[in-house]
Amino acid sequence: MAVVPMLSMLIALPLVGAVLLLLIRHREGGHDRVVHRVALGISLVEFLGTLWLWARFDPRLADFQFVERIEWIPSFGIQYAVGVDGISLFLVVLTGFLTPLALLCSWESVHQKVSAFCAFMLALESAMIGVFLSLDMFLFYVFWDAMLIPMYFLIGVWGYERRVYATVKFILYTMAGSVLMLVAIIGLAYTHAAATGGVYSFSYEALLQISVPQHLQFWFFLAFALAFAIKVPLFPFHTWLPDAHVEAPTAGSVILAGVLLKMGTYGLLRFAFPLFPDAATYFAPYLATLAVVGIVYGALVSMVQPDMKKLVAYSSVSHLGFVVLGLCAMNVQGLQGSVYQMLNHGVSTGGLFVIVGMLSDRRHTRLISEFGGLKHVMPKLVAAFFVVTLSSIGLPGLNGFVGEFLILLGAFRWDPRFATVAATGVILSAVYMLWMFQRVNYGTVTNPKNEGLKDLSVRERWVITPIIVMAIVMGIAPSVFLNPMRPAIDRVVARMAEGQPGRLVKLAPAVPKGSQGVARPAAAVGPVSTNSDNRGLTPIAGR
Amino acid sequence: MMSPALNAVIPIICVTLAGLTCMLAEAFRARGERLPIGGLGIIGLVGAGVSSVLLWGRHAESFGVVVADDFGLFVGLVLIVIGILTIAFSPSLIERDNLPQGEYYALLLFAIAGMMLMAVATDLVIIFLALEVFSLSIYVLTGMRREVFASTEAAFKYFLLGGFSSALFLYGIALTYGIVHSTRLDRIGTAMAAQSDAASPLVLVAMGLLLVGFAFKVSAVPFHMWTPDAYEGAPTIVAGFMSTAVKAAAFAAFVRVFLSALDPLRADWIPVVWALAICTMILGTVVGVAQSNIKRMLAYSSIAHAGYLLVALVAGNSSGKASILFYLLVYAITNLGAFALIALLGTREAPLEQLDAYKGLWYSRPVASFLLTVFLLSLGGFPPTAGFVAKWYVFTAAVTAGQYTLAIVGLLTSVVSVFFYLRVVVLMYMSGQVEGPAATALPRTAMAALVASVLALFYLGVMPARLLDLAAASISTIF
Repeated sequence: MAVVPMLSMLIALPLVGAVLLLLIRHREGGHDRVVHRVALGISLVEFLGTLWLWARFDPRLADFQFVERIEWIPSFGIQYAVGVDGISLFLVVLTGFLTPLALLCSWESVHQKVSAFCAFMLALESAMIGVFLSLDMFLFYVFWDAMLIPMYFLIGVWGYERRVYATVKFILYTMAGSVLMLVAIIGLAYTHAAATGGVYSFSYEALLQISVPQHLQFWFFLAFALAFAIKVPLFPFHTWLPDAHVEAPTAGSVILAGVLLKMGTYGLLRFAFPLFPDAATYFAPYLATLAVVGIVYGALVSMVQPDMKKLVAYSSVSHLGFVVLGLCAMNVQGLQGSVYQMLNHGVSTGGLFVIVGMLSDRRHTRLISEFGGLKHVMPKLVAAFFVVTLSSIGLPGLNGFVGEFLILLGAFRWDPRFATVAATGVILSAVYMLWMFQRVNYGTVTNPKNEGLKDLSVRERWVITPIIVMAIVMGIAPSVFLNPMRPAIDRVVARMAEGQPGRLVKLAPAVPKGSQGVARPAAAVGPVSTNSDNRGLTPIAGR
Repeated sequence: MMSPALNAVIPIICVTLAGLTCMLAEAFRARGERLPIGGLGIIGLVGAGVSSVLLWGRHAESFGVVVADDFGLFVGLVLIVIGILTIAFSPSLIERDNLPQGEYYALLLFAIAGMMLMAVATDLVIIFLALEVFSLSIYVLTGMRREVFASTEAAFKYFLLGGFSSALFLYGIALTYGIVHSTRLDRIGTAMAAQSDAASPLVLVAMGLLLVGFAFKVSAVPFHMWTPDAYEGAPTIVAGFMSTAVKAAAFAAFVRVFLSALDPLRADWIPVVWALAICTMILGTVVGVAQSNIKRMLAYSSIAHAGYLLVALVAGNSSGKASILFYLLVYAITNLGAFALIALLGTREAPLEQLDAYKGLWYSRPVASFLLTVFLLSLGGFPPTAGFVAKWYVFTAAVTAGQYTLAIVGLLTSVVSVFFYLRVVVLMYMSGQVEGPAATALPRTAMAALVASVLALFYLGVMPARLLDLAAASISTIF
């Protein structure tokens, strides 16, 4: 156990802050600013905390670090267990990064019940960090479900016109998926009891030790995958997402797209795949098919959206499809690309929502047709918009490129067909993003309402600059992020390669084909080359 | 000194004496004099609580038909908590609704005494006696607002149907006696074990009649018809009391009869209770969605919760039995709190029973809205409230007993129920500010009880281990 319970402090700090904010007696008038500043301060301290965690994190270890374990419900083997590894580390940092930005970008647009708004944002941050750090299935589920409540209020109270519909849809969809996961979690603990002679355990690491019978794996994996697929959201479970995104306030959209969706892919990577390797192998092609369909479908639907926010929402379906595809490839490149793409998507889509929110704050509309020629009116905002757009498209040199490239590489080595179809998504994303950008920003100012719009304010510059800096840093120095992830990802890959004859037989013919697509096939000396030589390749971008 | 043979009934005596004192106090009260009669009830309940704690683990027995084992005492303590909370909520409501306070408190205490007896009775006749004691008190409490037509109607309906179900229950007892020549549960258990291979039709009929009696009291589908009407017509706080205390007492006896005396016939009753559980969960939630009156909505929600408790009964393993105890306590605190808030927020003119009345409540009453939200989220089973742990415990019991279907149906219906719980939240928080009369502060004792309830829900949601262990330990003494 760590000397300082650092992870618990990271989980608790925003929650404590939220409670304090609610206890500050609310007065009318200038009080709101103070509340907002206090909340921002708390979230910045939290961000520094996550950076401190990163600084003290040992990137050479695959195992969980800073682990804390306290008996919680001993009769069922439930522990309060938290820990961080290379996969969760950056998601925690991402959460810490985006929350202050989300608070800052709601400075002007949230006027009523500011203290409640900030309290919900902070409570949400606690729950999200808890989800990423949990090492106990029960604890994980508690955070997973508890996270719904603040998001429900954020969309429902501070959202746009159809907010109630959107928020109820959001919470019911997510719950419907997750209760089945709860059954599977309980079943898993019971399986542990059956395998070890009556000892219940909800501990992730203990559950990894038992081998779950095939037929149970099948059902448990389906239950887990459904919960996570709804969250991701994977086609065809995505219909809650456009509603929730469009109706949520800007801060809600940023967090929703930036962090919440990653909880689905994180869940697949952390829990569904390693706990049920056989079933995961069996279902991977199906999941990948849905992912690829989602990539193309999301892109095509984005193209015809008249509403910018909806366009970005559907683009999330497309981008998250890439992440799932990379996960299904189950090789180092695929997984690294997926985790990297989760971070990218958080930064670039978060940035897009921030910018759409700025436009919407100015004009109170998000319809593309209402805009046009903004370049002449707001050159700075448009410049920022441009960088974020390019980062979302995946221009080399910006963050999006690295993730998509690694995912396509991993997918190609696994099954070139998926990679081929998915690659069209890259092109399509350029089409819909650039087309939208062109319609909004180029040409002449046709709508007189756009003439007097103000350019970026100081506050808005503080919001958008970190996002742009991150997009560039992650584009040119990916190894800063990829290296610490590597040991943890190797561990998952090794776990997935364990004793699944079905998968290996099926993959055997694909090996020569896959190798052609890799630039350095000679480097086939990885940590898990025992089972399959096509898994241990050193990732190109990992250097 | 008191003979040790009375030990097992001391808590019940405390409550009964408190009830009698309330009646006397009312009788000797000068016209217009204000007496804190509820306080007398609280003294009696605290006394009962203390004696229950002292009796813990002793397995005291009185008259051979009352056994104060830990299971019964646990349920008794749940009932005492319900009683204390109800009395704490009541004073301002009695004044507002013009209820006769002496009678109100006396009947409340007699009902609790009957329920506590039901939880510790080990003889079918005593169970029936206890059932009648509390049922009669509650019939009267339901109809206490004599000038309100709906209240009288509800009491009459409840009385007729309740009388009918009592008769069936009694018939079941008679048939059982005909087969076993005893009404003691232990002897019934031995006799049933002897013939468990092929139960005679008569045994099945007797068991079916007992099942109907219990199913009526816990309002399981299809014996739930009275519930929405009774809850809607009864004074709101009484509805809260009914929905929690009756369920606790009835489930205690239900568990005792079916999981100990009739346990050998498990194979025969499990399919029936299984079907009851499924129907109860589905009907309770689906019909709950369609309600526009919050009391009716909570009535259907209480039906659904009876279904979850039936799931634990079907699971029948040690975590199933323990989860019933835990669930009863959590449900009692939650549901009573919700009903009490509804009662307290309303006024005589605007009773706040239609869902539309909750529009924009957050803006006029932020604290009360927050408390109601916590109660509703706990009913819906959201962490970190105790409602989540309770549901998790029940469904863990179901899964470990191999009842995956029950667990899945239960959890899916609980998602449906979230829809209607959240509808109230939507109205309170998300339908904008509504101009209304200025809000008056809630009475202080009631507020303290509500805050204590909410804190308890969070405490049990975050640190449930101790109570879970206690529940598990208390069932191990009898089964």
